[in-house]
Amino acid sequence: MRQEQEGNLALLGGAHEAYSVHLDKFDGPLDLLLHLIRKNELDICDIPIAVITRQYLDYIKLMKDLNLEVAGDFLLMASTLLHIKSGMLLPRNDQEEGEEEELDPRAELIRRLLEYQQYKEAGEAIGARALLGRDVFARTWPEPVLSAARNDDGPLELELFDLVDAFRNMLVHIPAEKFHDVAAADSLSIADCINDILSLLQERETVNFDELLQGELSRERVIVTFLALLELCRLKLIRIFQNEPGSMIWLVPAVAQETAEDLQAALLIP
Amino acid sequence: MSLSSIIESMIFAADSPLSLDRLCDLLQEYTRDDIKAALAELQVFHEERAGGFHLAEVAGGWQFRTRADMHDYVIRHVKARAVKFSPSALETLAIIAYRQPVTRAEVEYLRGVDCGGVLKALLEKKLIRILGKKDIPGRPLIYGTSKEFLEIFGLKDLKGLPTLKEIQALDETPHYEQQEELPLAPVPDHIASQPPSDQSA
Repeated sequence: MRQEQEGNLALLGGAHEAYSVHLDKFDGPLDLLLHLIRKNELDICDIPIAVITRQYLDYIKLMKDLNLEVAGDFLLMASTLLHIKSGMLLPRNDQEEGEEEELDPRAELIRRLLEYQQYKEAGEAIGARALLGRDVFARTWPEPVLSAARNDDGPLELELFDLVDAFRNMLVHIPAEKFHDVAAADSLSIADCINDILSLLQERETVNFDELLQGELSRERVIVTFLALLELCRLKLIRIFQNEPGSMIWLVPAVAQETAEDLQAALLIP
Repeated sequence: MSLSSIIESMIFAADSPLSLDRLCDLLQEYTRDDIKAALAELQVFHEERAGGFHLAEVAGGWQFRTRADMHDYVIRHVKARAVKFSPSALETLAIIAYRQPVTRAEVEYLRGVDCGGVLKALLEKKLIRILGKKDIPGRPLIYGTSKEFLEIFGLKDLKGLPTLKEIQALDETPHYEQQEELPLAPVPDHIASQPPSDQSA
């Protein structure tokens, strides 16, 4: 057995070129360890730490030789391996042995490897499924049909991410700012912006997101509006809806209007 | 006009999977049991027909989908969306799917590697979502899979995930952190009967 492993090691030594081909395929130290274990046809529950550690370090050295940045995670695992090996070399304490079962220093690593292997396989399994948009297809609808048809239907409640996306889109449309601009005299305040939005919402039940940002757009204006919206959400004064991912975003008051006014008055005091 | 035809038409015209609850809501003149039976009938009908599409149960709803073996022909006309997942994305997704709710630190412990970039990409693709914050120091975000995940991977619900291969019973090393796992497989009695405090000790 031992000889066989040594033989494997020698074999592996000559296979550096083969390594470099696969360099980018390891998703982390655990992945690399699993690969080494499989390559050497070792039993995962009884890893010869010395052999594996040597190969592991060879690999890291190779990464360095190739001027690849060695992620800290790989180095951490290297030190873990060395730590385990040193733990195994230490004489066992006979007194403790009777009390507890002999704890294999490798146990933790083995458990992590097995667990990792499990999720790696699960990942491969779900990746092999028939994916919508890749292997199978459903009927799709053009955007105008969707947004027009389903205004009254239970709208989707938006997540913060959608809002951020919407604003990012907005920012793209703003022309690059001139550098020699003198700072504007009237700086925008979030409180003013909140008031604007609320009064707009009082006039009408729903306000379209795009309406908030009409007229002359500046980066500052967009950002202030965004912060105002976030603040309004936090205060639970408005709710934000979208009928379909990617479609128009609607703002709706979340509370009765008088309450909103009271709250607004109370909350805007710094 | 049979109920199954009615349901078939509604599913055909819907733009996203139609759930049983929604169907019951829309078809108040029929009982839930009838609707259920009609759905089962429809599914069998399309299965036996072995046509180009079938009735699939995904993300808690029903939707017509093309059969996977028609793929080569469908993409001649329909552009396949660039649904491509790297092994690391799939791994991360699998961990989140099976272990949710899960924090970034837990995912990184299991993968042994930094996952910030992968998580961000998955969030942007809306395959995972932020469920909230965990009530431990630092209040880290906790992640779970989204409805889009079920839709794209063609899963009925989370129980539809393939079962994980049993981890060989090694020893009683505590898990990284005790948390509720999804009911992936029937829980063996000796684990189920164990009070949770045993493991954290």
